[in-house]
Amino acid sequence: MVTLFGVFLLTLLVITAIGIMRAQHLFVAVMLSGIFSLQMAAIFFILDAADVALTEAAVGAGVATVLMLGALALTDDRERGPKRHRWAPVAVVTLTTLMVIYATFDKPRLGDPSAPVHQHVAPWYLEETPRLIDVPNVVTAILASFRGYDTLGELFVIFTAGIGVLFLLTNPSKEGALSLLRSAEAEGLRHHLVPRIVGRLVVPFIVLFGLYVQFHGDYGPGGGFQAGALISAGFILYALLEGEGRALQVTPVRLLRGMIAGGALLFVGVGLAGMLLGGNFLDYSILADSPIAGQHLGILLVELGVGFTVTGTLLTVFHAFAAREQRS
Amino acid sequence: MEFLGLYNYWVFAILLMTGLYAVISCANLIKKLIGMTIFQAAVFLLYISMDKVEGGTAPIIQADTAGQIYSNPLPQVLILTAIVVGIATLSLGLAIVVRISETYGTIEEDQIRTMDEE
Repeated sequence: MVTLFGVFLLTLLVITAIGIMRAQHLFVAVMLSGIFSLQMAAIFFILDAADVALTEAAVGAGVATVLMLGALALTDDRERGPKRHRWAPVAVVTLTTLMVIYATFDKPRLGDPSAPVHQHVAPWYLEETPRLIDVPNVVTAILASFRGYDTLGELFVIFTAGIGVLFLLTNPSKEGALSLLRSAEAEGLRHHLVPRIVGRLVVPFIVLFGLYVQFHGDYGPGGGFQAGALISAGFILYALLEGEGRALQVTPVRLLRGMIAGGALLFVGVGLAGMLLGGNFLDYSILADSPIAGQHLGILLVELGVGFTVTGTLLTVFHAFAAREQRS
Repeated sequence: MEFLGLYNYWVFAILLMTGLYAVISCANLIKKLIGMTIFQAAVFLLYISMDKVEGGTAPIIQADTAGQIYSNPLPQVLILTAIVVGIATLSLGLAIVVRISETYGTIEEDQIRTMDEE
């Protein structure tokens, strides 16, 4: 039954992707790509990846759609060029698809326990996590502790992208323009009664759920990346409903920029604290009296840093797009 | 039913190439970026399909469940961070498109190229 449902969802995914390609109107394409992400999240959940499903739903269907709509408002929501049929790309793509499909016949079947990917380090992580780190969610344990270096690197990629968007879209001399935004002209959807009332009810629960996901990430699906995406989705909804001005009063630009840098600094700081106490970089075991308590403390702080940077970056990017829109 | 075990990978191949087709064939820059996200999503699907173990469950180890099979946590960790990095690069790409649109007044690749050649 689950297999059939999976096949159905995957087929729907292909249909949606082709629909996105055929849509002339970019608004339609963006909306379909939101649906695409939601279907993808459902498939991830069927494939036992609860953490990934949560992230995909919040990031792909929520934040990405809003950012793309913001970009459409600043550019053009239709494809202007003539519809061309180039035979070379179609031929290349078809040929490569057939080659990749031919190659899949050598792959182990879905769910095969003897597949090479399940033989190498994965069993070690599953066996040793309860003994060395003692948090139920193995995904969080690997993300924050075993492979903390990778996560630190990813965090700096997000940090760099946020800085890049700020460079591209904000004009430093126009900092005053942001205070202009706080005036009543940026009203959002305030005239629309139904979205406003319903949205007001929903926003606190989204943020609360985000905080739960942040601090409960050791025990259930969750962690800094998911929580950051969820909390910023909540604040973006607030900004859409109540207008940019109100949202910037709640989370000023200065605070958001501080969060971007502060989160990354917190992560590095935890790593350096381990070094100063005589261990290795990002070795949490010596942060507290017992190694397990140290691991728990380290994971909590590191996830907090991830959450800060992700929330700060996503909200800053959103406000950068929105501020551009007000000015033009 | 044997071939159903490969269906995920076939969908991966089709999605990957749909995304690639958009990137190399669409002239509209936003459409290209959407194609890039489809390409990325296809890679995510490949990794997450590999993590599944028959009869397994999400890798969250509860007390007193000895003998429970868990799916592979490692691909999940890789993709979890990749999704968030994906949105960061997407926003950077959209910011560049916005600046291009402000400078050239269009986001169609051919029109930008003819303007550059003039």
